[in-house]
Amino acid sequence: MDSAKSIFDEMLVGENEARSPYSDYHGWFLEEDAARLNRKSKEAETFFRRTGITFNVYGQEEAAERLIPFDIVPRIISGREWARLSRGIEQRVRAINSFLYDIYHRQEIIRAGRVPVELIAQNEAFLDKMIGVAPPGNIYTHIVGTDIVRTGEDQFYVLEDNARTPSGVSYMLENRETMLQMFPELFSKIRVQPVSDYPKNLRRSLSACVPDKCDGKPVVAVLTPGIHNSAYFEHAFLADQMGAELVEGHDLRVIDGRIAMRTTRGYTPIDVIYRRIDDDFLDPLNFNPQSLLGVPGIMDVYRAGGITIANAPGTGIADDKAIYSYMPDIVEFYTGETAILKNVPTWRCSDDDSLTYVLEHLDELVVKEVHGSGGYGMLVGPAASKREIAAFREKLKAKPGNYIAQPTLSLSTVPILTKKGLAPRHVDLRPFVLVSPNGINITPGGLTRVALKKGSLVVNSSQGGGTKDTWVLEE
Amino acid sequence: MLGKTAGGLYWMFRYLERSENNARLVDAGFRIALTRSAAAEDEWMSVIQTAGVQEGFLERHDQADASTVTDYMLRDKTNSSSVLSVVEAARNNARLVRTALTREVWEATNECWLALKDVLARPVRERDLPETLGTIRQQSALVRAALHGTMLRNDIYDFARIGTFIERADNTARILDVKYYVLLPSVMHVGSSLDNVQWETILRSVSAQRAYRWLNAGDINPKGIAEFLIRDRRLPRSLAFCYTKLVDNLGYLADDYGHRLPCHDLSEEVLAKLRGHTIDTIFDQGLHQFLEEFLSANNRLGRQIEQDYRFYG
Repeated sequence: MDSAKSIFDEMLVGENEARSPYSDYHGWFLEEDAARLNRKSKEAETFFRRTGITFNVYGQEEAAERLIPFDIVPRIISGREWARLSRGIEQRVRAINSFLYDIYHRQEIIRAGRVPVELIAQNEAFLDKMIGVAPPGNIYTHIVGTDIVRTGEDQFYVLEDNARTPSGVSYMLENRETMLQMFPELFSKIRVQPVSDYPKNLRRSLSACVPDKCDGKPVVAVLTPGIHNSAYFEHAFLADQMGAELVEGHDLRVIDGRIAMRTTRGYTPIDVIYRRIDDDFLDPLNFNPQSLLGVPGIMDVYRAGGITIANAPGTGIADDKAIYSYMPDIVEFYTGETAILKNVPTWRCSDDDSLTYVLEHLDELVVKEVHGSGGYGMLVGPAASKREIAAFREKLKAKPGNYIAQPTLSLSTVPILTKKGLAPRHVDLRPFVLVSPNGINITPGGLTRVALKKGSLVVNSSQGGGTKDTWVLEE
Repeated sequence: MLGKTAGGLYWMFRYLERSENNARLVDAGFRIALTRSAAAEDEWMSVIQTAGVQEGFLERHDQADASTVTDYMLRDKTNSSSVLSVVEAARNNARLVRTALTREVWEATNECWLALKDVLARPVRERDLPETLGTIRQQSALVRAALHGTMLRNDIYDFARIGTFIERADNTARILDVKYYVLLPSVMHVGSSLDNVQWETILRSVSAQRAYRWLNAGDINPKGIAEFLIRDRRLPRSLAFCYTKLVDNLGYLADDYGHRLPCHDLSEEVLAKLRGHTIDTIFDQGLHQFLEEFLSANNRLGRQIEQDYRFYG
């Protein structure tokens, strides 16, 4: 694996010198009493538990309502670094929306031979029902969470595009709230760009994409699978913060070509649905007939312009891991510019030469399922046992098209507070991007996920990762 | 407001009310058991009857005593009305209607659940019982305080209050009904100390012993108690008080939404009946029969509200 030397720590250079974005924070930290900080750490946990910021873990017993561990040392990004990052993200998100429009209409990019047709035609994430449909404002991905990793001073990579229903934004907001409550003095000393406008911007952004049939003030609703869903807290939180209704499938039905919700006074039409359920469950008449979470007939209403669905059905084709490897081409094709943010080099295992290479180098690669998420079903070669690698080899050989492989990146670290003081841990970053006909809005910062286990590269909360508040400094 | 949200609010506050009522019932049972050991088993059984859970209780326990009843009423998960079950149900409903609650109300409910889950994680020892019951009532009070102090007075508040008073009216009527025989003038032990303890238990079960003594200069008699719990609109747990509130809150909904529904007539009928009677006519008609009719009308009203405001469909 990577030697300690090649790992980039975002805070410390050597023993006790901080990189410039961290210098004020580090100065403050050195003055602080360690016992007080440890106490504050515990306080944060109480705060989260009381607020009910918990998530349910699938496949575990009831009462498995867990907290995502929160670390009180912030991850700090300078204004200059952020300017470059946000330019890169904006470029990429713009390209993704153009790609989606194209792929469901003329498919110029396939005609131009930049993306192979099989990738679309045989892809489960491609929805035939979206062909020829133009969503209101031509926006497909109203909300995107671009996962970014860093390996050096100027090395940023996009790891995943998350163009379906990215989660975690409630943690971004609550982490900041918690930090403001615990360390008000830090925020008067260090100028941090605020994140609290996100819910307002989300509402505004969704309201800007109303369907033609909307008359009057747009009615926005968040569609959740219900209180047993792992991200229910976030669904309720966002609805609450936006002043939107929180609905489930059984609150809704199709009436006169609109989607209407059952209220205490009868049925009222909705204009925009921010759905937090997958395409497959959205409409039992058009997709998975077993689904009890969706609304029968909603796709027909959508296609007829009676409702806006955010994100649009079928956006999964853009964040599919097999498509990912074509992103640099996609960015160039639609924007005419070179991609500002790099892709992680990716072997597509459907390709014979790549497969051979991957099979020979399993112990040094990360292998992911094309449709997987949440850190499930992946192999982290350098951390895996011989037996795990052998088992994975069989799965890979059986269905190579189901996998991609990437080199193990030496992700940057940011220290966390442990009982013995600061200790470096690997992090990634998920900034949240809002897209509307009025433009693209990126909240400064995002969600920093941190692998709490020493040396671990897996930051997913379902796999024992934690989070940090993310600061973007005012210039 | 979504029909589902109205239903969630209604049930959230019914459950919170039930949690507090359970604590009060156990407290009254405990008190009488400590002072009258001969009658203890009967007293503990009447706690179970009042809560309407005798069937489930007898499946689990052969005998009603301090430890079996306390456990069943406070922490048994197989009892859907135990404090632990109802607080969890209240919190689940609160999660469901999270967008209708202020942060204060949500956090008070969540903390109530966290605190009681902790306190009731193990069987409650006799010496800890008073403190545990105190905690249960205090946690309820905190949610109520957050509701009164932070919520808009709109339809959300109305549904929360309607749930509270349907549950409370049900509870007070059951307390009276389980003990109605000790309130009858014809009963043998009139004036004996047994009756005094029984009457005291009834008053204690609705936290009204002090108020009653204060209003009646210490003169405790069965008719006075029945009158107080049924008809006195100053007592916040009396049937008349609950129905005055129900008619008010349903009335606000009718004004707010601009039309009346069958539940409005129904609630007004029940209130008119409570007002139309005197305690003597109630006793003439038969206290037990009166209470049975009341309980069934109260249930009917609950179902009518559910239907009129589209809780489920």
